Amino acid sequence: MSKKVTLPLTDEVLKDLKTGDNLLLTGVIYTARDAAHKRMVEALDQGKPLPFEIKGATIYYMGPTPARPGRIIGSAGPTTGGRMDAYAPRLIAEGLKGMIGKGSRSKAVKDAMVKHKAVYLGAIGGAGAIVSKSIKRAEVIAYEELGGEAISRLEVEGFPVTVINDIYGGDLYEEGKAKYQVKAS
Amino acid sequence: MREIQAGDVANIVARLFEHSCHYLPPDVIIALKQAREKEKSPVCRDVLDRILENVEIAGKEQIPLCQDTGAAVVMLELGQEVHITQGDLYTAVNEGVRQGYDKGYLRKSIVSQPCFARVNTTDNTPAMIHTDIVSGDRLKISVLPKGGGSENCSRLTVLTPTDGRQGVIDFVVNLVDEVGSNPCPPVIIGVGIGGTTDKAMFIAKKALLRQVSEPSPDPEVADLEGEILERVNNLGIGAMGYGGTVTALAVHVETFPCHIASMPVAVNMQCWCARREEAIL
Repeated sequence: MSKKVTLPLTDEVLKDLKTGDNLLLTGVIYTARDAAHKRMVEALDQGKPLPFEIKGATIYYMGPTPARPGRIIGSAGPTTGGRMDAYAPRLIAEGLKGMIGKGSRSKAVKDAMVKHKAVYLGAIGGAGAIVSKSIKRAEVIAYEELGGEAISRLEVEGFPVTVINDIYGGDLYEEGKAKYQVKAS
Repeated sequence: MREIQAGDVANIVARLFEHSCHYLPPDVIIALKQAREKEKSPVCRDVLDRILENVEIAGKEQIPLCQDTGAAVVMLELGQEVHITQGDLYTAVNEGVRQGYDKGYLRKSIVSQPCFARVNTTDNTPAMIHTDIVSGDRLKISVLPKGGGSENCSRLTVLTPTDGRQGVIDFVVNLVDEVGSNPCPPVIIGVGIGGTTDKAMFIAKKALLRQVSEPSPDPEVADLEGEILERVNNLGIGAMGYGGTVTALAVHVETFPCHIASMPVAVNMQCWCARREEAIL
């Protein structure tokens, strides 16, 4: 059973999200991958504004395939979140509330999620065709010259994700693995 | 001498990449369905259901299976009786990549300089081309659109002869454990043992061209594949790392003679979205 969640993620919403919960997200999210993260953190270092309001925002680690004519977007599955670990704690401290990706995060990121109340949500890697169906609008809003790595504003409806890291320090990768691991006899 | 036109090579390469990014090979789909049957975790069964649904949608609606349509790996087996006319072979392969990624609306994921400016080449070239010269008058073209997430989890080491079979098993299992959810499990694990380091990684990648779950014809190697698969599935990582009993769909080991002092071991990791296709000209 999936829980329907309307964005933005507020502390009130986050308090009810637990590791392992399946969610259907509706609202606005922003895409950013490696190159865009590097630029955003450089902007913060220089005291410049970010391309979107980071407070309360949810970032999707994703760079889509080009949209076919008449389509909103192409294939749109998640990329590996760990590559954004160097930048994520800084953005979380600035008010970022949600990250969507796949793959495990560093201790620094997990600590920042607990400290500042933010969550990491898993989308199914490789399942980019399914995700594209829940994207209702897509618009490049910054760093257009980065091509597939540009920042886009997406409006999503019923985007399926699973809570990996909640605000209580839970971690689905660790908990799930512990449950099914067969110890050598 | 049999003549093959460069333009025909380009056309075939383009078609192979475009098609393979929308349709998984039948043996991979069967392996995913079997994983769905075997998996004990309801969470991972749900993940596998959605993966199979994704496969349906991709083909039906012409949306690439995954947004990472990969680096363009091309393996050629060129018969020595073949003469390529009206252009050179590698230019033709790259032209095919250019056309396939453009017409197929595939993502261009190659940057020109790995550690400096990293500017996108905008057409997904250059392809990563490997050529074997073989007997005969055919040209076999195999393509692997290889995603970055799983490729990043590949690894090479050089063990000593005393490390032996157990050393190989431990190296592969520890790597799968370490990378966990990152390579998009359930994975297919290509392992190359022997040769020099370059050869080991090449045969590890080549192992990914094998039909899923088709064991090595060498019984000793097949036995090793079985043992690694069991150990990997005992890790409990499961589909997408959510915790489950199927972490790998298959382990494919290839071996090659090596130096008396060495035992190189290479692992080339492949996500569940194991796209590959081949054609013979």
